Amino acid sequence: MLGRTLREVSVALKQGQITPTELCRKCLSRIQRTKFLNAYITVSEEVALKQAEESEKRYKNGRSLGDLDGIPVAVKDNFSTSGIETTCASNMLKGYIPPFNATVVQKLLDQGALLLGKTNLDEFAMGSGSTDGAFGPVKNPWSFSKQYREQKREQRRPKLHREREGTDWLIAGGSSGGSAAAVSALTCFAALGSDTGGSTRNPAAHCGLVGFKPSYGLVSRHGLIPLVNSMDVPGILTRCVDDTAIVLGVLAGHDPKDSTTVQDPVKPFTLPSLTDVSKLCIGIPKEYLVPELSSEIRSLWSKAADLFESAGAKVIEVSLPHTSYSIVCYHVLCTSEVASNMARFDGLEYGHRCDVSVSTEAMYAATRREGFNDVVRGRILSGNFFLLKENYENYFIKAQKVRRLIANDFVNVFNSGVDILLTPTTLSEAVPFLEFIKEDNRTRSAQDDIFTQAVNMAGLPAVSVPAALSAQGLPVGLQFIGRAFCDQKLLTVARWFEQQVQFPVLQLQGLMDDCSSAFENEKLASVSLKQ
Amino acid sequence: MAAPMLRGVSPVRRWSLAWVDGGSRHRRTSPNGSTSNRIREQSSVAQQPLHTAQKPRKGGHKWAAVVGLEIHAQISSNSKLFSGSQVSFTAPPNSLVSFFDASLPGTLPVLNRRCVEAAVMTGLALNCRINKKSLFDRKHYFYADLPAGYQITQQRLPIAANGSLSYGVFVGNRWSHMATKTVRIKQIQLEQDSGKSLHDDLRSQTLIDLNRAGVGLLEVVMEPDLSCGEEAAAVVKELQLILQALGTSQANMAEGQLRVDANISVHHPGEPLGIRTEVKNLNSIRFLARAIDHEIQRQINELESGGEILNETRSFDPKLGCTVPMRDKEGKQDYRFMPEPNLPPLVLYDTASLPAGADSQQVINIDQIRDALPELPSATRKRLVQQYGMLPEHSFALLNEAGLLQFFQNVMKETRAEPKKVTSWVLNTLLGYLKHHNLAVSESPITPSALAGLLDLLDSKAISSSAAKQVFEELWKGEAKTAAQIVSEKQLELMQDQEALERLCQSMMEGHPQVVTVAGGAGPSHLSS
Repeated sequence: MLGRTLREVSVALKQGQITPTELCRKCLSRIQRTKFLNAYITVSEEVALKQAEESEKRYKNGRSLGDLDGIPVAVKDNFSTSGIETTCASNMLKGYIPPFNATVVQKLLDQGALLLGKTNLDEFAMGSGSTDGAFGPVKNPWSFSKQYREQKREQRRPKLHREREGTDWLIAGGSSGGSAAAVSALTCFAALGSDTGGSTRNPAAHCGLVGFKPSYGLVSRHGLIPLVNSMDVPGILTRCVDDTAIVLGVLAGHDPKDSTTVQDPVKPFTLPSLTDVSKLCIGIPKEYLVPELSSEIRSLWSKAADLFESAGAKVIEVSLPHTSYSIVCYHVLCTSEVASNMARFDGLEYGHRCDVSVSTEAMYAATRREGFNDVVRGRILSGNFFLLKENYENYFIKAQKVRRLIANDFVNVFNSGVDILLTPTTLSEAVPFLEFIKEDNRTRSAQDDIFTQAVNMAGLPAVSVPAALSAQGLPVGLQFIGRAFCDQKLLTVARWFEQQVQFPVLQLQGLMDDCSSAFENEKLASVSLKQ
Repeated sequence: MAAPMLRGVSPVRRWSLAWVDGGSRHRRTSPNGSTSNRIREQSSVAQQPLHTAQKPRKGGHKWAAVVGLEIHAQISSNSKLFSGSQVSFTAPPNSLVSFFDASLPGTLPVLNRRCVEAAVMTGLALNCRINKKSLFDRKHYFYADLPAGYQITQQRLPIAANGSLSYGVFVGNRWSHMATKTVRIKQIQLEQDSGKSLHDDLRSQTLIDLNRAGVGLLEVVMEPDLSCGEEAAAVVKELQLILQALGTSQANMAEGQLRVDANISVHHPGEPLGIRTEVKNLNSIRFLARAIDHEIQRQINELESGGEILNETRSFDPKLGCTVPMRDKEGKQDYRFMPEPNLPPLVLYDTASLPAGADSQQVINIDQIRDALPELPSATRKRLVQQYGMLPEHSFALLNEAGLLQFFQNVMKETRAEPKKVTSWVLNTLLGYLKHHNLAVSESPITPSALAGLLDLLDSKAISSSAAKQVFEELWKGEAKTAAQIVSEKQLELMQDQEALERLCQSMMEGHPQVVTVAGGAGPSHLSS
């Protein structure tokens, strides 16, 4: 049951094959058994069971609220949840219990979804590995998959002992790594992530999921604790494109609490079935062919292009000439907004407050030093530097201009007749944690966001779809980018692609015992260390 | 070097200041507890002699003062600028605080339509160009009563700009010499108010009240077109009247609804402007004038004695009657301005640009607001002068005291007396009594009807002017008697019976033959003795 898609399980609920409470309990126990993944920061078991009970009543009375009624979901821990701790994986917000729900959370609950818990992330969503949070790193469920392990045994037999020590796991990607791991490990059927530079698409690619970033302004940000207000969007992680469309249909639309959401009424997001792609023009941005791209992903990318071409679509090379400036431009804009957004964390109204009481200023300084990790503090420092009067013109204004050029690149390409862009999502498949942490957060983010982050500058919709397993047995995702507010068309094309590639399901079930024992070993190791 | 041209007590100018200040009742400027030191309100003290800078006489002295004002007016609205919290001055601390006001993470600003309309109205009344597109910015600084760590304001492109404000000042020593001057308005911007900090030095703690945090402010930035405290006082008074007429701000300085900062420098005419200081903490028009004049004098003295002026913020200490440097918050602030990403540009329309089929709840039409503007004080004064043949200075006096014009008009409705007479009684007698007893017009024991009754008796010559004064005093006691009742009780009527008067005169003359003889020889003038 847990391996089904959201739509399938929704049908099962409607047909009474399973009750919401049974489903909820299954998921909760799955969460317990996959605890070693560190996907969740908070498991809201009581809340979920209560919601399940209510959902069950509705089903009994024949008053189901719709496709999401009784469906267990998880939410990234940077969305405010009324009465449930919301930490952003930061010491600054440990113990912070918001008094309100983010609009997207409320919309899910209004449709009868069951909130299982809050998922792990990089502190304040700053990162691309889900390794830099106050609650420890997220482990990629594929590290423990049959597919990956079998490949690895063959390839690296001599290193087998390392694996036994439990340190040879892969990163989940980030910053919404917890949400990706939660869906991928079959603990829930959909999860909310957030996407500022690729934070939903990147972990989706690494965990073999569909990761969708809607057009900026389509989905409310109210209650999403911001990273970069002008680029943040709530993201959706599901096992298939259809499920994403269901969730998007619930989330999309104007929110009076978010003035940047569009006023236009939203059309339903049911996806028409696409059988003929011959009228489609797929653009392949040449600037995305970078030397750092793994040869395997490169060849998958080109296979995907061939797939469209052989089905009759027009596939052309296009140019987004300002792509190479995107990362540095993002760095200036992101850190500037971060510096501003983080100013509110002063220990006065909520969140962590230090013991220093010499003066208000000393209290601020110590609180912020204790509350934020190095990554956050580093970005605050850079951002404030860029915003200084003497630097503003040279950095912030310039970056804004470059941002406009980047956005115009996309407009030009789409105006030239291209419908959808096809690109890789990541440079490579998920890398082992030990390898990942060799580089600092900033370097990693700059590398890993390379294909995803220009889209946020332009506010476009984009989706990462699992394309195939690599030779290592790890998922590889490809990205589709659409015109602003053509989210439905984008998902329609993505679904066509999804149907062609038939991506395999994560085979974790048979290995659960293994994983648990790996987890046990880890615990033992840490216990012995303490002694 | 010539001596500074500023002198001590100058009775010539003193009255005019006192006059301009007539509108604010200092009895009411009681301390009102928790306020930040940036906008702290203070109790009034006894009036002190005024030190006033005089303008250079022809070919005379060499210092000229340059004064510019920045005025924050709290917008009169039910809810705050970006949140639904109620706005009220008297609510218990922290009882009017929304999640947004407390800067809970994830909350977003939603612009209050009423505040935008108030800004447009004020801009139009101040002859500004209304920008059809304006932008919001974040201004960053750490302060305990600024929960988000930044204030949302309009730094780059404000809602209104390039306006002007005409005001009247008295020239020379007579009421009747009135000059109209103009100060240019640089811009009007919408911004958030801060909360209030109450510093408890004894317990070394700071208490924060966020009720005011996020209340809408209009910041009116003026060009440095003024030269003394008196002009500044007249400008602020006129702005106060305009805001009150528009209903866009209650503009009560004692409650902090109108807060004035003054930028002041002195220089030799023809030379570059001097280094300026900013004087804050000005919570009444009287203090504003005194603070500016004191600061001008201080700067002149400083420069005359070879010192220099620091670019600093000073506050006015009404007890000492002088400005003192404010505790500096670590020198110069860099506010690190940044566009507010959560608010799209504010777009306004006029009838020509209004998109067809636009939802009237979603758009603001400048022309519609212009058409609905109420009568402004300058027009009211013009109307009074035309309608009642009133002297301009009397029209000023009627408007400057809250409620006095309404009182006057109510009397006019009920009396047959000449407007001139009514004006004189309202401005001289009534206002004099009110001031003497430190009362507001609304607290007057004499109602407009009572005064109208009295003036009717006077007008019909039923009583003499001196009897009228007596009746007025009786009315002032507030014993619910009409003027007519008082007159009859006290037998103050003038005698109207010709025969009775003749009889009285006859018997008087018969009783005093000697006086009659003398008077008959010397002419009528002696009769009056």
